[in-house]
Amino acid sequence: MDSVSVREADFDIGAEIAALTAADSTAGAVASFVGLVRGSGEGVAAMTLEHYPGMTEKSLAAIVAEARQRWTLNAVRVIHRVGRLLPGDRIVLVAVSSRHRGEAFAACEFIMDYLKTRAPFWKREETDAGAHWVDARESDDEALRRWQDV
Amino acid sequence: MAVKVLYFAGLRETLGLASESVALATATATVGGLRDQLVARGAEWQPLAATRNLRAAVNQAMCSFDAPVADGDEVAFFPPVTGG
Repeated sequence: MDSVSVREADFDIGAEIAALTAADSTAGAVASFVGLVRGSGEGVAAMTLEHYPGMTEKSLAAIVAEARQRWTLNAVRVIHRVGRLLPGDRIVLVAVSSRHRGEAFAACEFIMDYLKTRAPFWKREETDAGAHWVDARESDDEALRRWQDV
Repeated sequence: MAVKVLYFAGLRETLGLASESVALATATATVGGLRDQLVARGAEWQPLAATRNLRAAVNQAMCSFDAPVADGDEVAFFPPVTGG
């Protein structure tokens, strides 16, 4: 059973992974990714995530559906937080279960790469020098292109 | 015809506007035509032309600037996304 959630509240990684496989004895693997707010090394004091309500949920569901066309997956869970977050806070969870590890690893990375360039979220960082909107990174587009030949 | 136009992130902040209803000339019934019509309003609308790699969505699906726009559509303009 797939689920996509966009919310302010934090998530419990253990509980989310347990829920992913709770009623499923056919899964043999779970791969997960957790994105965090990078802290003091980059001078970031806080970060605010804005999104496009409605489109965000649709685009995440479309990304999960695209992953399902490429790999045989048991269940997928995506949680993305919005609002103001502090260094060390969790931002995003992608967890994927499958029969064997290859599908779960690949689909988890694919979903993150697509989320980074397709889902309508925007980060505004607060630093000692003031606040600014984060620029998109060319490396994120490159990460996406890797999948277009697969 | 009229469309609902939304702006997000840095673009919303620079324009000082999150959403509006725009009356659209039929001749400009593409996303790019709508953008040109908005930019033509004056200097304060130049950010819509100047935003690097400006993205657009029609009815909450990402689209190109030659995508058609119909009466009642929801059109959004925003900078490249930076989630995750």
